[in-house]
Amino acid sequence: MTTRALQLPATAARSTTRQAQRRRSNLSGLGFLTPFLVLYALFLILPLVLDVVMSLFNTSLVLPGLGRFEGLGNYRELFGDSRFWQAMWHTIAFTLVSTPPLVLIPLFFAIVVNRIHHGQWFFRLAFFLPYILPSAVIALIWTWLYEPGYGLIDGFFSFLGLGAPGWLSSPNLALYSIVIVTVWWTIGFNFVLYLAGLQDIPRDLYEAASIDGASRSRQTWRITLPMLGRTTTLVVVLQIIASLKIFDQIYLITAGGPNYATRSAIEYIYDTGFTSQRVGYASAASLVLFVVIVVVSFVWLALIQRQERV
Amino acid sequence: MAIKAPLRRTGPAAAAVSAPPRGAVAAQNWRESLFRRTVTGVVIALALVWLVPVAWTLDTSIKPENSTILIPATWKVSSPTLSAYSAVFSATDLGRWYLNSAIVTVIVTVLTVITTSMAGYALSRGKFRGKRLLFALILAGIMIPPQALIVPLFRELQTVHLINTYWALILPQVPAPISVFIFKKVFDGLPIEIEQAATVDGAGWWTAYARIALPLVRSTAAAVSIFTFVWTWNNFLWPFLAATSPTMMTIPVGIGTVVSGVGVVNALQMASAVLGALPLVLVFLFAQRQIVEGVAGTGLK
Repeated sequence: MTTRALQLPATAARSTTRQAQRRRSNLSGLGFLTPFLVLYALFLILPLVLDVVMSLFNTSLVLPGLGRFEGLGNYRELFGDSRFWQAMWHTIAFTLVSTPPLVLIPLFFAIVVNRIHHGQWFFRLAFFLPYILPSAVIALIWTWLYEPGYGLIDGFFSFLGLGAPGWLSSPNLALYSIVIVTVWWTIGFNFVLYLAGLQDIPRDLYEAASIDGASRSRQTWRITLPMLGRTTTLVVVLQIIASLKIFDQIYLITAGGPNYATRSAIEYIYDTGFTSQRVGYASAASLVLFVVIVVVSFVWLALIQRQERV
Repeated sequence: MAIKAPLRRTGPAAAAVSAPPRGAVAAQNWRESLFRRTVTGVVIALALVWLVPVAWTLDTSIKPENSTILIPATWKVSSPTLSAYSAVFSATDLGRWYLNSAIVTVIVTVLTVITTSMAGYALSRGKFRGKRLLFALILAGIMIPPQALIVPLFRELQTVHLINTYWALILPQVPAPISVFIFKKVFDGLPIEIEQAATVDGAGWWTAYARIALPLVRSTAAAVSIFTFVWTWNNFLWPFLAATSPTMMTIPVGIGTVVSGVGVVNALQMASAVLGALPLVLVFLFAQRQIVEGVAGTGLK
């Protein structure tokens, strides 16, 4: 990756010196970077710094200033806070349960759809349309689908002669119900990524394999899947990181319930900071989650770098 | 594309190797074809299932309220009506939400594309001290999850009394380190000769960027615009916190307040769901290919 500098040529006709020109040119370069840097510093770096600072104080949402200095008190309290660790566990459980279907199902769809020559637009529409709907719309749709008695899902179950469980009211089932919503909602994104990855595989490989007598399924195993390795890594990592940040559908559909059974880490932070108004404590919790996500992201960057090098 | 005659080695040994028994191969091909047809059928069926929730939402939205709570749930609409839709407009600030979403999303998208492309250009063509450090700093920013910083960000804007203003909705959504990375990468791929020719003729940085480089990366800029537009329009968490009164809410936030309803409001809620989804769905139907490519392209990069 070579970068070359943009430099004004120093011709004899110019009155200014070469050094002055280069300085002007370099300042322009820096000037171009400044608008982004200012916004970046104000809205990504500064909140991070503020997060660390406030986590050491007893800052309140409704009072000005930082409040009483707590030192590591917030962290000590956080360590023993079962509600926080519950929320972290829900987030991790959600990630573990939702990632396999969101990685494997769209892969399967993409491989099959890629072979269909006419009407690919139909599948793109069916699977990708939910992805562009806002979370609040998803919540309305699925709360109504899951509605006890009147909802379509309960209706379908009674049509089959089966009793319906409490989709959103059962503490054991609620998280899985949210996973189902999430799979329906976001599968399109991964589906599209896989389709793009499939289209990058050169056709000659398949033709050569056909000549050698390889069956279609063998071709899929030996050519398609390995060639999709890079795309799959990307899908898995993006999926995991997105799952760790989950908030919208849980807050809007179950509000973390029943009885906190579905509350995610971000929702815990929200409740602590905005409902209980304990900004300092919420900052400490935020920092813990932040570190977890950054570590995972860092592992991603390292993985991708290594794959690029191969 | 059909392969005509596969290459065959000549000789008696080859005859034994290159001609498998016809019957077995034909049978396997038939079995595989049946398998593939079944699998394709399964995917078609699942695609139809995927459309059911949206279809059911539309179905409910045109029912009169009292027929939405029939047991068992039925698809039949006895007397279709649009009263739920007009109720949404009269009961909520939907029109205002549309306006806010439009203002915020358009401005964020424009500012994002401009600032990140300029930054990417500077990192690609610039030669100033600390360039490498700044680039590393921005690269590290890709790993920062904004969702984990909502509390300090809110506190920051609260301190300068900007909560519940357009500033609070727009500005924090603009810095996008990943887009800087994408633009830098695509600018790196441009041959520098064209810009150098322009600077010989006396063009400055701005001209080189705006008149020469930027038009050459039009498709990347389009992809970033689309991805930013969709993501910003649908963003819930931050606007939810930053907009504390109904008149400042964007669509996702406003529709979110309709989720909890009292009484029989199913048709109303479904109608508001349809109306909330409508803008992006229309955009999607007209620009399906670009949206899909924009979203996938940025993901792959």
